[in-house]
Amino acid sequence: MPYPALLVDITIFVLSLWVGFEVISKVPATLHTPLMSAANSIHGIVLAGAMLIAVTANNAIGYVIAFLAAALAAANVVGGYAVTGRMLKMFRKRPAVATAGEPAAVSPPANAAKPGSSAVAANGSGSKGRSA
Amino acid sequence: MSTFDWVIQLIYVLAASCFVLGLHLMNTPATARRGNQVSTAGMTAAIAATFAIVIHGNQITATGWVVMLAGALVGGAAGLYSARKVQMTAMPQLVSMFNAVGGGAAALVGLHDYIRAGTSVSATTSVTTLLDVIIGGVTFSGSLIAAGKLQGVITSAPVAFPGARLVNSVLALIAVGFGAYLIASPSAALLTVVIVASLIFGVSMVMPIGGADMPVVISLLNAFTGTAVAMAGFVIGNWAMIIAGALVGASGGILTKLMADAMNRSIRNIIVGGFGTGDAVAAVAGPGGSVHSIAADDAAIQLAYAAKVIIVPGYGLAAAQAQHEVATLAEILESRGVEVSYAIHPVAGRMPGHMNVLLAEANVPYPQLKEMDEINPEFARADVALVIGANDVTNPAARRPGTAISGMPILNVDQAKSIIVIKRSMGHGYAGIDNELYVNPKTSMYFADAKKALAEMASAVKTLVG
Repeated sequence: MPYPALLVDITIFVLSLWVGFEVISKVPATLHTPLMSAANSIHGIVLAGAMLIAVTANNAIGYVIAFLAAALAAANVVGGYAVTGRMLKMFRKRPAVATAGEPAAVSPPANAAKPGSSAVAANGSGSKGRSA
Repeated sequence: MSTFDWVIQLIYVLAASCFVLGLHLMNTPATARRGNQVSTAGMTAAIAATFAIVIHGNQITATGWVVMLAGALVGGAAGLYSARKVQMTAMPQLVSMFNAVGGGAAALVGLHDYIRAGTSVSATTSVTTLLDVIIGGVTFSGSLIAAGKLQGVITSAPVAFPGARLVNSVLALIAVGFGAYLIASPSAALLTVVIVASLIFGVSMVMPIGGADMPVVISLLNAFTGTAVAMAGFVIGNWAMIIAGALVGASGGILTKLMADAMNRSIRNIIVGGFGTGDAVAAVAGPGGSVHSIAADDAAIQLAYAAKVIIVPGYGLAAAQAQHEVATLAEILESRGVEVSYAIHPVAGRMPGHMNVLLAEANVPYPQLKEMDEINPEFARADVALVIGANDVTNPAARRPGTAISGMPILNVDQAKSIIVIKRSMGHGYAGIDNELYVNPKTSMYFADAKKALAEMASAVKTLVG
């Protein structure tokens, strides 16, 4: 006997919530802004709903609602993915080489300025930014 | 069920898997980009499948095609434009706007389905539709207000008016009361009343919340949006929407909890309205004990001759947009062999993780960005802790019971050998209490705007010891 649609929907909803809790609790705080932005893009799936209501729209009110829904949902999904990608592209393991101006102006390193700092310097400039 | 329906449902399952996998890949910065790509692929598949449904059904009118495509085109272009142009400091506003449009679209889907069904709508559909339009409506208007506050279009100070609680109660009563009535006898007109009440409720819910609480509010509205989309999925029987909405609801829920914990406040306390706002610059009223300030040259010497410096960026750095200046100073120090890392408190910035994005934009490599639990043991080994516009999250008073911030997780800045604090004034943080760190004998205060202070220190390091 097929289960009532609502029961199936609730089952899917609840299990998805648990999967969400499980997966998302492992995301580090460093990535919380991109995470929220990624979550934003995912709820852009509402575009599917907006498209489906356009199918049944057949009067002025229906068309206005369908238009607005499609516009809002499309802004959500396109903008969400684009901005998440843009943010994540900035997360680099090493500083980019082509940073104009400042860093170049201060090299070469003036390690000699501090007695006993060379060990720290070697450690600092060698492994830092790659180890963690 | 036809073969076509089978294929569509399987594509939806595939899309949902991509969403989960995409979120899973966000557990390290190294794989996060791939995660976003996987998620994008899933979304593309889901939208393509929906497109196939529209064509296959062959029911849509010509006007239906026009409004759907025109809407998607206009919205998509607007979304893409804002995503490309947005400043990283304005990211919280944009995320809030995406919450608004998502919630609004979800509410519209529910509304349309309800109007179309007329009086034949079933009780269960009535319930899910009501949840959809109420949550979606609150999210839409609430997120717009939140975005306005973050953008500075609306004052970020808490706006309370007499009887606000009464108005909220009445609005909630209207939504629930009419809602209950609607389940018994469906009426599109009454549903509209419920939607209007929800919209006003969203405004009156967010208006009294101060700027410093925005990380919690955005997270909460994010959870709402997800839930609204899931409810819209219930209404039109679309599993992909239910799964995606639930995932977002879970994500928003977790972030809300994390943010509220990191601010030592309950979610209820924030929504109902609590004590003060981080934006208010309080009157002088310095803490008991003497505060000593420091000149840029002295600060520069301390920093330049340190072996290990921990930078503690806070709300003040984000507000002054000084992320590039701090990165420049850090690079100069590193080129001298100083070990530099950043201690990021969960609520630094204006939304969860915002500070990390700002620093990543300023070209700071992510391994230097340390979370609270990771960096706290390292403060004892640091020669200098440079605190920039962070207040309550550095206050040792949190370790004692009986203060407004007792129990709040803090950064162990006071354990560093010396501490330099860049701050505009002795004003209070949002908790409204004195910061004991500032009267610590190891602490020197540098009173200036973060951007200016960091530029001065960087040039002092260069001229003195460069």
